[in-house]
Amino acid sequence: MMANASPSSLTVEKAAALLGRRARWRWAEVLFWVVAAATLFLWPERHLILNEIAIIGLFAVSLDLILGYAGIVSLGHAAFFGLGAYVAGLFAKHVTGDPLVGLAAAGLVAGILGFATSFLVLRGADLTRLMVTLGVALVLGELANQMSWLTGGADGLQGIMMGPVLGLFEFDIFGTVAYAYSLSVLFGLFVVARMIVNSPFGLSLRSIRDNPLRARGIGIPVNRRLVAIYTVAAVYAGIAGGLLAQTTQFVSLDVLAFHRSADVMLVLVIGGVGYLYGGLVGAVIFKVLQDVLSAMTPQYWQFWIGLILVLLVLAGRERMTDRILGLWRRLTGRSAKAVDATRASTPVPEVQP
Amino acid sequence: MLRRTFVGIVSAAAVTAALGGTALAQEALKIGLILPMTGPFASTGRQIEAAVKLYMQQNGDTVAGKKIQLIVKDDTGVADVTKRLAQELIVNDKIAVMAGFGLTPLALAPAPLATQAKVPEVVMAAATSTITEASPFIVRTSFTLPQATVPMAEWASKEGLKKVVTLVSDYGPGIDAEKAFTGAFTSKGGTVENLRVPLANPDFSPFLQKVADAKPDALFVFVPSGVGAQFMKQFVERGLDKAGIKLIGPGDVTDDDILNGMGDVALGAITTQHYSASHDSPENKAFVEAFKKANGGMRPNFMAVGGYDGMHLIYEGLKKTNGAGGQALIDAMKGLSWTSPRGPVSIDPQTRDIVQNIYVRKVERKDGELYNVEFATIPNVKDPVKAAKAN
Repeated sequence: MMANASPSSLTVEKAAALLGRRARWRWAEVLFWVVAAATLFLWPERHLILNEIAIIGLFAVSLDLILGYAGIVSLGHAAFFGLGAYVAGLFAKHVTGDPLVGLAAAGLVAGILGFATSFLVLRGADLTRLMVTLGVALVLGELANQMSWLTGGADGLQGIMMGPVLGLFEFDIFGTVAYAYSLSVLFGLFVVARMIVNSPFGLSLRSIRDNPLRARGIGIPVNRRLVAIYTVAAVYAGIAGGLLAQTTQFVSLDVLAFHRSADVMLVLVIGGVGYLYGGLVGAVIFKVLQDVLSAMTPQYWQFWIGLILVLLVLAGRERMTDRILGLWRRLTGRSAKAVDATRASTPVPEVQP
Repeated sequence: MLRRTFVGIVSAAAVTAALGGTALAQEALKIGLILPMTGPFASTGRQIEAAVKLYMQQNGDTVAGKKIQLIVKDDTGVADVTKRLAQELIVNDKIAVMAGFGLTPLALAPAPLATQAKVPEVVMAAATSTITEASPFIVRTSFTLPQATVPMAEWASKEGLKKVVTLVSDYGPGIDAEKAFTGAFTSKGGTVENLRVPLANPDFSPFLQKVADAKPDALFVFVPSGVGAQFMKQFVERGLDKAGIKLIGPGDVTDDDILNGMGDVALGAITTQHYSASHDSPENKAFVEAFKKANGGMRPNFMAVGGYDGMHLIYEGLKKTNGAGGQALIDAMKGLSWTSPRGPVSIDPQTRDIVQNIYVRKVERKDGELYNVEFATIPNVKDPVKAAKAN
């Protein structure tokens, strides 16, 4: 790489310090996970929907890895989610009921598909990518429909029996083990994703997102980086799908449906793109809104959710977390400058020698 | 280790809450109604919800001294949401019965829960034959597709039709209909040619051209009810009606909810089904009138009657058992019989599926509106798939 061609020790140190600073855990993040863990004990009657939130959150993190960090727009991310769900379901049915092994299989198979299709995504710009990703999801959806001897077709995949997690915890009807399991997997994979985006690799992805030509110019192997992150994202989505199959012990064709891809995009837009917590915050807001509104008015809740989404976008395009943080600062009387400094979205400052 | 203990404590607490909750639930009996209220199958949900509410309005909300509380949930037609909602209703709301279920996968997803929690699942719409086999706690008040299709084949062969082309939407129920019709019709000595159209993007013209070339006596069609209008239009545009090809099929294509909007192109279509809004009985006249009055003139269709009868089944079951729990309730439902707006019906004690008359109907104009007018009755039809298995 050109930056390494003539490194002054100062540059390398500065860059390392910058990356180190970005990788440090902030108190708000710690608080987020403490609260998440606390819901496990404090809110037992809502574990089923919390489980769904954790799964959609993981799915959104996966999309964020390619959309927010590498700038690959996708309308077919459900392809990997659905594939993971079917693999996990079939694996439990025909091989072993052990959840973690099944999850690994789901991630692996989705990753292979991600690697294979990443070369399609490399070709063309945004619009082409939308079409290609959409096409892959449609092809998979139709395959699952036609291969009803394997997938159960339109009736869904029946009779999945899961073993206990780690051989200790049986899935219960209250969804407690399911939620604890999904949350643990989410946390583990989130930490890995956080390490990825804060590594030099993650930094190079962002430069590709902002200016692919320039990135290529300074010696970043653009295509290889995109293939790598697309594959990683596919693994993540596959695991999210696997979690859904294992915790609901049922897979139907709509895991591959277009609305899955659209919903996860929506979740990410609500929470904020290019910021791993965006997917998680978005998942919480989206699901809670949907749950509350549809309980109040089962027939017209989509109207209200649509209205709220429009208002959210009109009110400001910055991230949900920034808005809350900004409000907090204003309340505590700190300057707006401090907000900017802590923004994770701050463009990477150029490192001057 | 600490985490394990905590999870243990939480589960234990939840179990206690569940057990303690039953004492309170004695006061009000809760019925969870899970339906697709939004999305492409919203009309199913709307019809059933309206019928269920009508039944409660007509028969009061107190059964055997207990108040009935209805909880309506929208599953948007997505199976894992149905399952989660059912689970929440069982765990948090301690429902006595769950009901609704607009599509086959939506009815199958919560089946293991019904077995595990011993909560009866009353299927008011989904029509794939296998559903009631998924759990001993499932009972159905709609119909099965073969139940409506096999009589069609028998009628067609009795009418002297020899050659039929089938055209179905390429998904579970469509293939079920195709198989049921082909099997029954060929066993009577007829010949059948099968065509399948994609579910997602139905342009029927190339398929109808094939039909025109084959020159059959009749075209058997099954498409989900919303697509029916479009199909009818293209059928007439291609001039197939004038070529002397009869249009036959199960009643989904001439769904009462949208039939009147199809216009004259639908005239003369012959279908078999268990319910028509023009069914001639005092029970049905009262039902249709009350339903229209309560819903701004909306005509009830076969979904609505499934919801109405489902609610009747729940009420009668609760009366018989006095709230003795899920197992007793499902046992009480087996073998119940009553006069529904669609005619006499009963619940088969072996299969927990509905036994009912199937009517042969023709679309005609009546009082300025289009109706499926019944002209022949095949009494007490059981689901042929399960009947064949039993023999």
